[in-house]
Amino acid sequence: MLTLYLPIVIYFTISLLVCFGIMGASRVIGRPKRQQSVAKLQPYESGIVPEVQLGPKFSIKFYLVAMLFLIFDVEAVSFYPWAVLMRQLRLYGLAEMGLFILVLGIGYAYVWKRGGFQWDR
Amino acid sequence: MALTVGIDIGKALLVIIFLQAAFGYLTLIERKLLGRFQLRPGPNRAGPFGLLQPLADGVKLLFKEEIIPAGVDRFVFLIAPMLSLLGALMAFAVIPFGSPVHIFGRLVPLQIAGPSLSLLYVFAVASLGVYGIVLGGWSSQNKYGLLGGLRSSAQIISYELAMGLSVIGVLLAAGSADLNQIVSAQTREWFVFPQIVGFIVYFICAIAETNRAPFDLPEAEQELVAGYHTEYTGMKFAMFFMAEYINMITVSALATTLFLGGWHGPAILPSYLWFLIKVAIFLFVFVWLRATLPRLRYDRLMAFGWKVLLPVALLNAIGTAAWVALVHP
Amino acid sequence: MAAERRPLILNMGPQHPSTHGVLRLVLELDGETVRNCEPVIGYLHTGIEKTAENLNYNQAVTVIDRMDYLSPLTNNLAYVLAVEKLLHIEVPARTRYIRVLFCELSRIASHLVWVGTAAMDMGAMSVFFYCFREREKILDLIEMTAGARMNPSYFRVGGLLADLPEGFSEKLHALLDEFPTWLQNYRDLLGANVLWVERLRGAAVIGQEAALAYGLTGPTLRSTGVELDLRKAQPYSGYEEFEFEVPVRHSGDAYDRYELRLEEMVQSAAIIRQAIDRLPDGPWHIDDWRIYPPDKHQYVERDMEALIYHFKLFTEGFKVAPGEAYQGVEGPRGEIGCYVVSDGTARPMRVRVRAPSFYNLQSLPLMVKDRLIADLITAIGSIDIVLGDVDR
Repeated sequence: MLTLYLPIVIYFTISLLVCFGIMGASRVIGRPKRQQSVAKLQPYESGIVPEVQLGPKFSIKFYLVAMLFLIFDVEAVSFYPWAVLMRQLRLYGLAEMGLFILVLGIGYAYVWKRGGFQWDR
Repeated sequence: MALTVGIDIGKALLVIIFLQAAFGYLTLIERKLLGRFQLRPGPNRAGPFGLLQPLADGVKLLFKEEIIPAGVDRFVFLIAPMLSLLGALMAFAVIPFGSPVHIFGRLVPLQIAGPSLSLLYVFAVASLGVYGIVLGGWSSQNKYGLLGGLRSSAQIISYELAMGLSVIGVLLAAGSADLNQIVSAQTREWFVFPQIVGFIVYFICAIAETNRAPFDLPEAEQELVAGYHTEYTGMKFAMFFMAEYINMITVSALATTLFLGGWHGPAILPSYLWFLIKVAIFLFVFVWLRATLPRLRYDRLMAFGWKVLLPVALLNAIGTAAWVALVHP
Repeated sequence: MAAERRPLILNMGPQHPSTHGVLRLVLELDGETVRNCEPVIGYLHTGIEKTAENLNYNQAVTVIDRMDYLSPLTNNLAYVLAVEKLLHIEVPARTRYIRVLFCELSRIASHLVWVGTAAMDMGAMSVFFYCFREREKILDLIEMTAGARMNPSYFRVGGLLADLPEGFSEKLHALLDEFPTWLQNYRDLLGANVLWVERLRGAAVIGQEAALAYGLTGPTLRSTGVELDLRKAQPYSGYEEFEFEVPVRHSGDAYDRYELRLEEMVQSAAIIRQAIDRLPDGPWHIDDWRIYPPDKHQYVERDMEALIYHFKLFTEGFKVAPGEAYQGVEGPRGEIGCYVVSDGTARPMRVRVRAPSFYNLQSLPLMVKDRLIADLITAIGSIDIVLGDVDR
């Protein structure tokens, strides 16, 4: 089991080194030659000095969809083992999953009807 | 043991170098192709046919002055591009890119690692990359960046579900979530034919996953200037860029593996070349779409993901399941 | 949730890829929804009206060119016609025909830029290049006639800069023959694309009453069902002699404007064909040396009197009797009008321009209120503003 994941660990380590390497090289080579002015360090806002800075809070309109996503995503994961084992489960698996999807479908239809998938609500 | 580790390190280096080089030349090919689509020659100054252009770009970006805007969350700001690139590189780890080869008398699979749930691994790791985008946009204290980062997260909650479900048909048909077994299940027939619906849903989601046109909302130039990477300069910007292109390669490679029979092909060419050719076809389609299609609007995107792609993918899964349960020998 | 809803103030522009130059929009955002949008203009103010006061009547043509730089000849026409009104002169038929021909060519060129940039705004990059390829051909025609591509200053008070050159007619016919395939290309790439239609349908809507109240003109007005085209309503420069239709749409959204502009190009092409086929022979300028300079080779080099006229015209210009005149013409963006006041000297006392982009831009906040940022981009594109025209 460990040997199965060892290559991934090696690969991960090398990838990480590459990332740090790029970052480090850029920091060393691209170090600012002189003091950067205040204007230069301003966040870009189409050439205008922003009168209003970005606040710590920002309204995310789609948080409801995001929560739905979490729920449905967990459901979706349960499809994977089922799909792999389908050849053994056969009709039993089909019936089982049919029931599962039915329950899921009711929830899905309910959310759709309530306008849960609207972008901006 | 030492030899195994040595081979593993060798393979890891090979894949990483290959991905970097592929990224560089993919940008060149994209610009060349876009040029042709748009009645212009594309880059042709650096080296013959512009072949040294990626190198020139890399050197230029490396020498760019590093700017960290005032008031940013430094740690998150710096970690975000690395997260993005790391996610992109890691996702490629389980993709088999050729038939096993003999090295030092040993049969070595052309794949970094092959866990039995490798498909799940790809999805899990690939979606981590979005954190880089969201955090990068959020931490840079830029309004365009913030909007871009949020769009990215909105996009992933619209598409990932359908993407995950679109491949269920393949799992059912192959009876395994191991990419190697999925490939060997396609020796006779590619899954793209029985699973055409799943394939289409997967490909649409893949475009959305990689933030490519027409789903390039997080970096929609005409709307958000540069979106999440507005404040990033030099190599930090390049890392986001790399991540995007390597993700493109990964989703194309996965599409090849799941639907186009992976590295299988007539023996006239080595297996990894077949694999490359198939991936290249997908990459061409990516560029072609970018040259042709206008961008989707935002709310349409979410509605499309939830109300069209999700039910279609689900129905496809059920249909395939019924076929496996009732017809399959 | 409602407690903490501060709007996000975002400056979009002047340095922004899709504000068509240097338009600045101060947006109040709630998430991605635009709650309020305030255009801030003046970043491209060039003082053209004031400059014109310090030039003589013929020189002013060259600055008037530079306002709406996508169809400079329409600006020229409005100004030249206003001055001719003040002078009470009538230009020969050939002049009128050539003017109409070039105005319609400009309209096509301008609409081509619009199709290209609007497509670019929506993310469809390639169409932009195709449109510019075709526009180049029109600019070639303008160049071969007037010598300049962007700002030809081709119309002069009392006539034109020069007659049509040799081979013009053949080139124009070749272009007209090819024209339908261009349009078909755009229709295939855009109109037949469901993404394009979805982006434009129902976006940037403005009602008929609001459109009239805001003083909108051109395709933006005609998309709301008002059939107002100065070429029909107050014919000038002999437009009444041509047969064409004024396309009108009714829903007032961006898609209607897109279709209208394509339609208008077809009508313009028809007018151009009529103009070139029925082009009368004869003089192409008035025969009055006080206003239009005598021909150099024919007169100036041989005739002392002609030389004096020529000299006087190019040193002090011609004097215009006190009075005022307004002439509106139908530009690609709407009514472009020129109001010229004379105090009896050789320079206009006041040149005031009614720029269609300025009025059309005012309707932007109305169109985008409570819509998404993406619709805002559609809206900016669909009203077809030229910042040079807005700021002057």
